[in-house]
Order: sequence, then C-alpha cells, then structure tokens
Amino acid sequence: MGARSVTSSVQAVGFPSRRKFLRVLALGGGCLAIFSVGWLRCARLLAAEWNKAAFDATALADTLKDIGANSVSESDQIQLKAPEIAENGAIVPIEITSRIPGTQTIYVIADKNPQPLVAIFDIEPGLEPFISTRIKMGESSKVRVLVKAGGKFYAASQDVKVTIGGCGG
Amino acid sequence: MADAMKIRAQLRGDLADIKVLMFHPMETGLRKDPLSGELIPLHFIRHLVVTHNGKVVMDAQWSRAISKNPFVNFRIRGAKAGDKVAISWEDNKGATASMETTLN
Repeated sequence: MGARSVTSSVQAVGFPSRRKFLRVLALGGGCLAIFSVGWLRCARLLAAEWNKAAFDATALADTLKDIGANSVSESDQIQLKAPEIAENGAIVPIEITSRIPGTQTIYVIADKNPQPLVAIFDIEPGLEPFISTRIKMGESSKVRVLVKAGGKFYAASQDVKVTIGGCGG
Repeated sequence: MADAMKIRAQLRGDLADIKVLMFHPMETGLRKDPLSGELIPLHFIRHLVVTHNGKVVMDAQWSRAISKNPFVNFRIRGAKAGDKVAISWEDNKGATASMETTLN
C-alpha cells in the first residue's frame, strides 16, 4: 500500500462559539456537547480549561507544581529532538516522541523563558504520542519535555543555545 | 478571505500524518511597533482541538511562546480514506478558526 499525499476537500467551518464550546465532564458513559456547526454532530468533548496558573508561573518549581508534577522521573523513553544551536530564538523546532505506554499528556517547558510553560498537549486515544512544532525561546536554556502517563510524570531535556532571543522586546 | 490555515494530510496504511500551518501573529506582548514605539498587545492561540470523525484526538493549551504562524505535525492511528480530520483554534481575544480535511 503506497503513500498518498493529497489534501482534499479542505473546507472552512465555524469553530463552535464559546458558549457552546462546553466543558464537559465525562461521567461514566460520557456526556455530549452539541455544536452549532452541522457537520460536527455530537462529540464527547474534553475541553481542558486553560491552565492560567501554570502558564503564568515564572519559577520552574511553580510551573511543575501547577501542572501537578510533584514527582518526576527522568526517562529515556522520551525522545526529544531540538537543535543544539538555534540561530533564531523565535523559531526553535522541536520534535517529541513518547514511548511511554499510556501517554496522556505532553508538556513543553523552556526553563529560562519568562514563563517556562510553553504548551500542553492532551493525547486522546487515536493520537500517536508524537508532536512536532516550533517554539520561542528568550535565551539559551534547557528545553524540558514532561510526559504524564498513568498519573505519573516522566521527563527528558536538552540544552538549546539561542543566538538571538525570540521573545520580542 | 484567506484561509486561516493550511493542512497537509498523508495517509500511510492506517496512520494519518497531518501537518498544519496556522496563520496567526502569536504576539508576545513584548514587541514594540517599529513605527509608533507602542507595545503590540498580547495576541496568541490559547486552545487547539483536533478531531477525527468528530472525536477529539488532541486537546492542546498553548502559551505565547509557540512561534508565530504556528506549525504543528501530529499523527492519527486507525485512519482510513474518507475520514474527516478537523483542526480548530481559539485565541486570547476570543477569535476562532476551524478547518476540516478529508483523508484520501
């Protein structure tokens, strides 16, 4: 079976309005959120609240506390690919693959950013525990990836040197 | 009106490799407008949701530290031709955008 690379039938649809983007707590059997957009029928939606405390934290210890990472083990089952030297701190490509069974969430942290927490990716069934994206780094720093699996936290990290900081200012 | 994002979906067996490029300034709030000298306000995508045939497969919370014009590559297992993958985002100003692609 060969690879096919086609993007077809791309259409713009409306994101469910905020009122309808309900936060649904699944209670044994699940609840349904109904969207105003026709094609998106009923879908069980686990809309995570934006974790303001964690994203606002300026000290790494507070960031970890706010995401619930009280105890973290280093793991060699988390593959983090990031450049050793990033010419442009505004665009640092990172690629994360977690081989930890039951990966639920992937957290991306840049220790020396004004707020260390960069992103949280909730991995639901069907999604491979793989994320590739681009982040901003204010200065040279450790990039830390945390994986939550089975309620426990695991981590891997890599130092990334930044020649020109990417926060703006 | 220009599309909010570009999606590139490749189906290899039952694995859909999806690359999305979203158009958004992702302003940190720390940058000064070069002409006025004023600080450009914080403006960034906070929430990203990906669905596969209507079922949420990814629910992401972002900070302003995701790069401008966010790029994200993820993979969905158990995919087949005809499946619909939708990507939706909401930013800190309440603006939203959504796009759907049919796997081929």
